[in-house]
Amino acid sequence: MNVMMLLEMAASGFGDRVAVQNGSDALTYSELFGAAGAAASELSASGCERMAALDVNSLAIPVGLFASAWAGMPFAPLNYRLTGGELDALAARIAPSYLVTEAERVKGLAHLPDTTVVAREDFLARATTGKEGDPSWSMDPDEIAVLLFTSGTTGAPKAAVLRHKHIVSYILGSVEFGASSEEDAALVSVPPYHIAGIAAIASSVYAGRRIVQLPGFSAEAWIELARSERVTNAFVVPTMLVRIIDALENSGDASLPHLRALSYGGGKMPLPVIEKAMKMLPGTDFTNAYGLTETSSTLAVLGPDDHRTAAASDDPPIRQRLTSVGRPLPSVEVEIRDPEGRVLAPGERGEICVRGEQVSGEYLGRGSSVDADGWFPTRDGGWLDAEGYLFVEGRVDDVIVRGGENMSPGEIEDVLLEHESVADCAVVGIPDEQWGEAVAAVVVTRADHPVSEVELQLWVKERLRSSRTPSRIEFRNELPYNETGKLLRRRVRAELLGES
Amino acid sequence: MALLKVGTRLRSAVCNTEVMVVAAPQHDVEVSCGGAPMIDVAQERPPGGSASPDAAQGTAMGKRYVSEAGDLELLCTKPGEGSLGVGEILLRPKDAKPLPSSD
Repeated sequence: MNVMMLLEMAASGFGDRVAVQNGSDALTYSELFGAAGAAASELSASGCERMAALDVNSLAIPVGLFASAWAGMPFAPLNYRLTGGELDALAARIAPSYLVTEAERVKGLAHLPDTTVVAREDFLARATTGKEGDPSWSMDPDEIAVLLFTSGTTGAPKAAVLRHKHIVSYILGSVEFGASSEEDAALVSVPPYHIAGIAAIASSVYAGRRIVQLPGFSAEAWIELARSERVTNAFVVPTMLVRIIDALENSGDASLPHLRALSYGGGKMPLPVIEKAMKMLPGTDFTNAYGLTETSSTLAVLGPDDHRTAAASDDPPIRQRLTSVGRPLPSVEVEIRDPEGRVLAPGERGEICVRGEQVSGEYLGRGSSVDADGWFPTRDGGWLDAEGYLFVEGRVDDVIVRGGENMSPGEIEDVLLEHESVADCAVVGIPDEQWGEAVAAVVVTRADHPVSEVELQLWVKERLRSSRTPSRIEFRNELPYNETGKLLRRRVRAELLGES
Repeated sequence: MALLKVGTRLRSAVCNTEVMVVAAPQHDVEVSCGGAPMIDVAQERPPGGSASPDAAQGTAMGKRYVSEAGDLELLCTKPGEGSLGVGEILLRPKDAKPLPSSD
């Protein structure tokens, strides 16, 4: 098994179709296959052991992904926002590497030991004019395809290891070969160092869908590209959707006439945002995808029909499903477990554990956290409803323990977000002499909707219970997020405690 | 007969079909296509063969084929006229449940 096989099938099935497009540059499936082969020869000749890409979405990303697979090297996309010591540390962990980056960065990276730094344009020029390689990639399913440094919201970045068997299993289990029509186009705006960016390439290639790359996200650029390129499918993280919806509203033209399917994931989607998005784009199918880097992307989906049924229902348990991540893929099993590892019943909160061939659960140099029976504890907390819909309530490590009672920040945040004055919020536990931990909240209010601490406390108390009511609420202009929309809770907590 | 390995690629001896092993049973198995045992993808197809009429429904690109027990699964990476099987029994195409595109 090798992810190259996905591209080989696409090149032989629909070689003349455009595979990937970036501005006025494009590669057909045949050209992408050829470029991967030529670049693979270059990688093999370099003597390096890994390929790294310190780049925005560019043609070098799909070419690099497949060329690495062809050459039998792990592909490591790096966060292009990293500089200085952080970047040096990551580069050291993957050396000796062949690192492709933007031309203007080449000089500044010359000091990296055991790293061959190549400008993106030179890499692509050699790939597209070089001699086609011999199609003889390894089919060993256990070789490493991709190394992804996780966002490190809870500490130093760890490199998640995705082997060929994980990615290929994910694609075979979730995508029908050649299912897309020639008119279909997927807009990829998540950065390449995010699992969704990698999954988008593999899925689109296998489906035969044209990938339209957006190098740097802005809502205006995204909307413009979606319209001009007649984009039919896209994936966004919640913060992107918030901005897109705002921009559509402010421009007075909410039409995205070609966009059939918009999927979202990578963080918690506030209920008011998805409700508004569905109203503004009635012709678009929404899908919520829940997954982790360590699971080769999507584990569970809340599909378009689920969205419509939930949004139209007055029955609270059904309506609540709009805040769920739907049901597991057919190839994935989900269990909720307590801290002792016992499997919990529907409705009970615990840790989400998953099993399936796409699940890696492995970090470079740290081994696998998958147990003997194949189960991976995600460290995400959540619960299943009676019909198997999965609700995710944030990281287990973020759970607040107040006087022996466990509470998830997500549950309290959901209630706060339902208040018309609350635009955004974060709930964290802070040390408390009496209770061990106390519930604290930081709230961003909507312009022209002032609200007091007491009003919000009452709002939560009426809907949950008094123990879950934040004893302290502070107001801010914005919350700290990383660039892919993950809330940095550690920073919220540190700030509340006066540590930053 | 031999133990199949996941990731192994096989070629039909009588048509253009090529497959990759996606799941393999823990016991020896001989996979056939068009009624003739499949060969390693690195080998050349012998000239002049054709699919036997009982195994000529054809294979489709990207389709997965499974054994009755479900322990053998092959992905068709190149289509041809022959049908995949083990012994006399043909593999059946695996029904794929359509999923919404999630990435």
